[in-house]
Amino acid sequence: MLEKTWRAATAVAFAAILGMGLAFAGPARAEEVVIKIENFTFNPDAVAIKAGTTIKWTNDDDIPHSVVEAETKFRSKPIDSGETFEMTFTNPGEVNYFCGLHPHMKGKITVTP
Amino acid sequence: MAQDDDQGSGDLSRRQTLECMIWAGTGVLWTIAGGVPKSVGLLGTAEAAEAATKGFTFLQISDSHLGFSKPANPHADDTLKEAIGHIRALKNKPTFMLHTGDITHLSKPAEFDAAEQLIGASGVDVHYVPGEHDIVDEGVGKAYMERYGTRSKAKGSGWYSFDQNGVHFIGLVNVANLKAGGLGSLGHDQLEWLEDDVKGLADSTPIVVFAHIPLWTVYPQWGWGTEDSAVALGYLKRFGSVTVLNGHIHQLMQKVEGNVTFHTARSTAFPQPAPGTAPSPGPMLVPAEKLRTVLGIREVEFKQSGSPLAVTDTALADS
Repeated sequence: MLEKTWRAATAVAFAAILGMGLAFAGPARAEEVVIKIENFTFNPDAVAIKAGTTIKWTNDDDIPHSVVEAETKFRSKPIDSGETFEMTFTNPGEVNYFCGLHPHMKGKITVTP
Repeated sequence: MAQDDDQGSGDLSRRQTLECMIWAGTGVLWTIAGGVPKSVGLLGTAEAAEAATKGFTFLQISDSHLGFSKPANPHADDTLKEAIGHIRALKNKPTFMLHTGDITHLSKPAEFDAAEQLIGASGVDVHYVPGEHDIVDEGVGKAYMERYGTRSKAKGSGWYSFDQNGVHFIGLVNVANLKAGGLGSLGHDQLEWLEDDVKGLADSTPIVVFAHIPLWTVYPQWGWGTEDSAVALGYLKRFGSVTVLNGHIHQLMQKVEGNVTFHTARSTAFPQPAPGTAPSPGPMLVPAEKLRTVLGIREVEFKQSGSPLAVTDTALADS
């Protein structure tokens, strides 16, 4: 399951790089990984990324959600339906987060150098 | 005048009944008779009249979600307006109203302003507690506290108590400082305050607790519960009558546990699915003509003596 979600995340990241590569012929740009918020879950709920990667959360639910670090080191604005929240992760390590409105929704980001 | 007499004796005229059936707002009318809270439903004006002679009445509305405009109800302001319109038309004016949170959808000043205006039109004093949607401003609840907390002389994130005709009302906040993976939470400071707040009260004092998220575990998979509610209820154990009123789940539900009766209220904005009947909670889309039916009223009558709950569904669309 973990491997599967990791593969999904990698595929998304790869697609993003490919898309950017086509649009911008130039130096490599920072990677972007999309996490969908749907049915009160972060999908995928676990991603592994390289330092410098930007994660973009998109809310597909009809209710606002948010992204709050487990120790509240960072807290997003409320992300309303159709809105997004982006954050770039530069430091290697593990980031656990949850939805500030619905704390049973959890996610994990593993940042590698 | 003859009609008034009929009402006083507990009968509704056919015309009055039809008028009531047409109305489709939401709200629960509570009455305190003999120290025991009793929900009579907004439609039961005759019962309310009867109860008013014995005690006093109050209302509970919940989950207005002002600012919500998704397909489940593109006009959450209109349905709130309808509810307030009916409250205004009540013959026996309730002493006050409780709002059990999610006044707004996104804690925006304009949403709070609209709520003030619409709910204020009821002409009834309102005691609020916040829902999780009321504290997503930049100050994480600062906007709510400035507006409502100062008014009720609330402590911490907005908890307080007050007395009315010998009944002790306690407004609790279980939507602040939530933890990853957890449910609703009251937290150490609030629990300490609660223990102290009820210390001097006689066991016979009727207690009414109101908070946004249910204070019993309705469905933890959807976060419908409060992780430390057992501690709070422990402090209330010695009281002969404890009534807990919540919102959050946008549907009526009751539970009796010893001397404690739990009730969740409907929303004035949109319904949510019954626990486990959908992939997730959230606004539930129903056909437009059914919306007010789902937001409609259920009459609940209960007694502390252990007699069974009397629940009467009022399906306006079927009438």
